[in-house]
Amino acid sequence: MDNSTGTGIGARVRRKEDHRFITGKGNYTDDINLPKQTYAYFVRSPHAHATIKSINTAKAKKMPGVVGIFTGDDIANDKLGGLICGWMIHSKDGSPMKAGPHPVLAQGKVRYVGDHVALVVAETREQAKAAAAAVSVGYVALPHVVDVADAMGAKAAIHDVAPDNRVFNWSIGDEGATDAAFRNAAHVTKIDLVNNRLIPNAMEPRAAIGSYDTGSESYTLYTTSQNPHVARLVISAFHGLAPEHKLRVIAPDVGGGFGSKIFIYAEEVACVWASKHIGGRPIKWTAERSESFLADAHGRDHVTHAELATDSNGRITGLKVHTKAAMGAYLSTFASCVPTYLYATLLSGQYNIPNIYAEVDAIYTNTAPVDAYRGAGRPEATYVVERIVETAARELKMDPAEFRRMNFVTQFPHQTPVIMCYDAGDYAAALDKALEIADVKGFADRKSAAARSGKLRGLGYSAYIEACGIAPSAAIGSLGAGVGLWESAEVRVNPVGTVEVLTGSHSHGQGHETTFAQLVSDRLGIDINNVAIVHGDTDKVQFGMGTYGSRSGAVGMTAISKALDKIEAKAKRVAAAVMEASADDVEFKNGTFTVKGTDKKMAFGEVALSAYVAHKFNSAEIEPGLKEAAFHDPSNFVFPAGVHICEVEIDTDTGVTDVVNYTAVDDFGNIINPMIVEGQVHGGIVQGIGQALAEGCVYDKQSGQLLTGSYMDYQMPRAANVPNFNLAFTCTPCPSNPLGMKGCGEAGAIASPAAVMNAVTDALDVRDVPMPATPHVVWKMLQPMKKAAE
Amino acid sequence: MPAITMKVNGQAVCGDVEGRTLLVEFLRDKLGLTGTHVGCDTSQCGACVVHVDGKAVKSCTALAISCADSEVTTIEGLARNGKLHPMQEAFREHHGLQCGFCTPGMIMAAVDIVKRKGKKLDEDTIRHELEGNICRCTGYQNIVAAVKAGAASM
Ligand code: FES
Ligand code: FES
Repeated sequence: MDNSTGTGIGARVRRKEDHRFITGKGNYTDDINLPKQTYAYFVRSPHAHATIKSINTAKAKKMPGVVGIFTGDDIANDKLGGLICGWMIHSKDGSPMKAGPHPVLAQGKVRYVGDHVALVVAETREQAKAAAAAVSVGYVALPHVVDVADAMGAKAAIHDVAPDNRVFNWSIGDEGATDAAFRNAAHVTKIDLVNNRLIPNAMEPRAAIGSYDTGSESYTLYTTSQNPHVARLVISAFHGLAPEHKLRVIAPDVGGGFGSKIFIYAEEVACVWASKHIGGRPIKWTAERSESFLADAHGRDHVTHAELATDSNGRITGLKVHTKAAMGAYLSTFASCVPTYLYATLLSGQYNIPNIYAEVDAIYTNTAPVDAYRGAGRPEATYVVERIVETAARELKMDPAEFRRMNFVTQFPHQTPVIMCYDAGDYAAALDKALEIADVKGFADRKSAAARSGKLRGLGYSAYIEACGIAPSAAIGSLGAGVGLWESAEVRVNPVGTVEVLTGSHSHGQGHETTFAQLVSDRLGIDINNVAIVHGDTDKVQFGMGTYGSRSGAVGMTAISKALDKIEAKAKRVAAAVMEASADDVEFKNGTFTVKGTDKKMAFGEVALSAYVAHKFNSAEIEPGLKEAAFHDPSNFVFPAGVHICEVEIDTDTGVTDVVNYTAVDDFGNIINPMIVEGQVHGGIVQGIGQALAEGCVYDKQSGQLLTGSYMDYQMPRAANVPNFNLAFTCTPCPSNPLGMKGCGEAGAIASPAAVMNAVTDALDVRDVPMPATPHVVWKMLQPMKKAAE
Repeated sequence: MPAITMKVNGQAVCGDVEGRTLLVEFLRDKLGLTGTHVGCDTSQCGACVVHVDGKAVKSCTALAISCADSEVTTIEGLARNGKLHPMQEAFREHHGLQCGFCTPGMIMAAVDIVKRKGKKLDEDTIRHELEGNICRCTGYQNIVAAVKAGAASM
C-alpha cells in the first residue's frame, strides 16, 4: 500500500494544493475584493432572551459612510424566508418536531447572546462597526436558561411552539425487550455523563461577499462553505431569494470547517439579499473571532444517563440510554439528525448487544445553535458506549481489553438493534495490533515508575465504530432527511489528454486536489500533473452535496470512479473505430489502448484527440468528445472502526494531565494516500484531546453571557499540549463501494475523548471525571484523595 | 491620514494609514498581500505572523504607523528568485498543512525560531516555541516534523 514513489492509489503523494498555501497565494473568501465593495457589520443581541421593543437606526444612518441599515422588518417586507432545519424528526408519540421561527434578522425577539438583530452596511469595515454601535435597540429582558439539564420546563419559554422547550422526545429500539434484558441481568452498570459543549473554531472565520448584478438580475455569493450547492439550494428554495439559475455560490479556499461551515447561516444570507437593496454593490462580511465564538453553530452538549446489562459470563445483554441534547436557541440546518440518527444508531459500538433502547429529548436553550461538529453524534455515542463498557469491565473486575474482545461483533454482515447493518470489520485484529503497539504489557511497570516520581499513570481504551460515507438517499429519506446525499462528478478529458474533474465534494483541508487526482492518474495512466480537480463553484460543477460526514472518499470518489468507467467505455469505442477493431477486443491498461492479439496500440492522449477530431468514426454511432458525468448514491453507510489506547500521566501537585502515549489503530478500508489519512487522524485525535482535557464552552447561568468568548478563555490545544501519535492501520475493504474505502476524517475526534477519559479515570481510580478534565478539575478531585491518604 | 513608507518583501511601498490601522490591514487591504491571515482578535492564533526588521511579529497587534521605515517580510516574500524557502519546502514535504490557513503564520514563526534557536531543534523546543500559533487541522505532529526538517536544511 505504501507505494511511495508513484502517484497512484496508495502512494504518499505530496499535495498538489500546497504550493499556493505555502507561498501565501491561497484564495480564501476574505482575500477576495470586488469593485465597489461595501462592508457589513451585525448588531447582535447582548441579551440571552428578550423582546425587542424598538430599533432606532436614525442616528446610525447619519454616520459617515453608512450605505444601508436593515432589520427584521425589511426581511419580513421582502418575504425572505427564515433559516431551516432540513431533517424532520418525529417524537415517540408521532408528533412532528417543534421548529420555532428562525428569521434571518430578529423579529420581535432575541433568543441568545449574539443573535443577529440588524445589518449595517458602510463604505469601510470601521464605519460599519461604528454605525452598528450607534443603532439603539430597546430590549425587555425575559427569563433565560442556558444549561440543557435545566431547560425542560424552565421559566424561559424560548419558542411559542414548544412551551416546555422540548423540540422532540424521540426513541429508537425495543423498550420492552430491553427492559426484559435488564430484569434478567446478572449485573447492571450505571453511568451519568456530560458531553461538553464545544466551539468548532476553524481557523478561518466565516466570511461572505454577496452581490447582485442588476443587468442579469442574478446574485453571487462567495462564502466559506463546505457545500456550496446545498447553500444555493436552501437560499433559493427556502429563503426564496432567487431561482437557482439566478444564484451562484462560490466557496473558494476554505480554512477548515469541521462541520461548522456546512450550515446556512443568517449572516451570509443577509449579505447576498441586501446587495440588491444597495443597487447591487457587493457586501463583504468577515467574522471577527469573537463573533465566531458567539454565532458559529456549537457542537455536542449532551447530558446522558446510561445503563448496561451483562450476564453472569460478562456478556452484554442490553443497553439503555437517555440523553438530553441541547439544540440552542434555534434549530440549525442539520441539528435534529445529530443527536438522533447520527448518535443513537451507533450505540451498539463494536459490540454484539441484542437489546438497545434509547430516548432523546432535544431541548432549546438560550445559547448559540448546536449542530454537527467533527463526528456529529458519533463522538457522543462512542463516549457513552466506551465509558460504560470500561466502567462495566472495572466493576466486573475483568480486563477492559478482554471484556471488549468477548463482546465484539465477529460475524458480518451484522444487524444491530438500532438500524445499522455493519458490513465488514475485524475488531479483534485492531485490538491486538493496538495492544502490541501501545505496549500494554509494560504498562504496570511504567505505572510504578511514575508513582515513584509522584505521578499517576492511567490507561484507557476506546474501541469505536462510526457510520459515515453519508448517506444512502432513500434510507435517510425514510428517516426524515429533506435531501438526498448522493454525490456527483464530471470528468472532462481535453483533446490533448489532460483531465479536469468537476466534483461536488469540497476540500477545506482534506487534500482532494491530490487524492482525487491520484485516482484519475491511476485509472487513466496519465501524469498526476495533467489532472485538475475543480470544486466549490455552482456555475462550474453540475451539482454536489458537499463534504462532511467523511463522505468525499466513499461517495464523492465513487462518483468520479463511475464517470471514469464511462470515459473508459467511450474511449474504447473511439479507439476501436480508429484502430479498426471491435470495441470488445480493445483493452486499456497503463494509459494505453491495445487490440487483443495484434500489436496495434494508442496512447490515452491520442484517443482523446481522436474523440475530438472525430475524423475516424461515424458520428451517427459515436458522439464526438470525451466527457462524462455520474451521480453516485451509496447503498449503505461505511463503517470505519478501530481501537485507540491512551496513556496519561497526572501530576498530583498541579493536576496537569499529560498524554504520554497514544496509539491509534484504524480500519479505513483501502487508503488512497496514507500521508493524508494520517494527517486526518492526527488532527481528529487532537480535537478529541481538546474536548477531553481543555475545551469547554461555558455560558453564565445568571446572565446568559458566553464566558468562553475568546482564545483567552476557551483553551485550544496547542503544540505543547499534545504528543506524537503512534498510528497503524488494519484493512477490511468496504464492500459497498468499488474502491473499498471507508471514511477517515472524523475517526480521531470520535475515538479519542473516551480513550483519554478512560485513562484519566484509571489514573485517578474514580468512576468519572467531567470533561474537560482541566488541571483545576483534576486538582480539585485530588485534594480529598490526598487528605484521605494522609 | 499620515503617509508612511516601508520596505515590504524588498520593495519600497508607501501608503496612507490612519493612526489605528494595523500592520495586517495595511498589508492585506492596501498592498493586497493576502497571504498574511487574521484568525483572531486577541493576538493569540499567530495566523498573522510576519517579520519586521528580521523579527517575528503578530501583525494584528502592530500598528502600521509604528512599522514605518521598517523592513517587513511576509509569506509572499519568503521564496527567493522563484525558489522556495527550505521551511516552505519542509511544510509540503512533511504534510505540515491541511486547510492552509494557519500555514503562513506557522512558516514565518518557524523561520524566526530557527533564527533564535539554531538549526538543530528538538521536538520539545519546537512545540514550546509554537505556543503562539494555533492550528486546528493538523494536530501539530507534521508541523513539528516540518519545522525540524526545515530548520536542519536552512
Ligand atoms: S490574528 Fe494575529 S494572533 Fe490571531
Ligand atoms: S492547516 Fe488548517 S489551521 Fe492549520
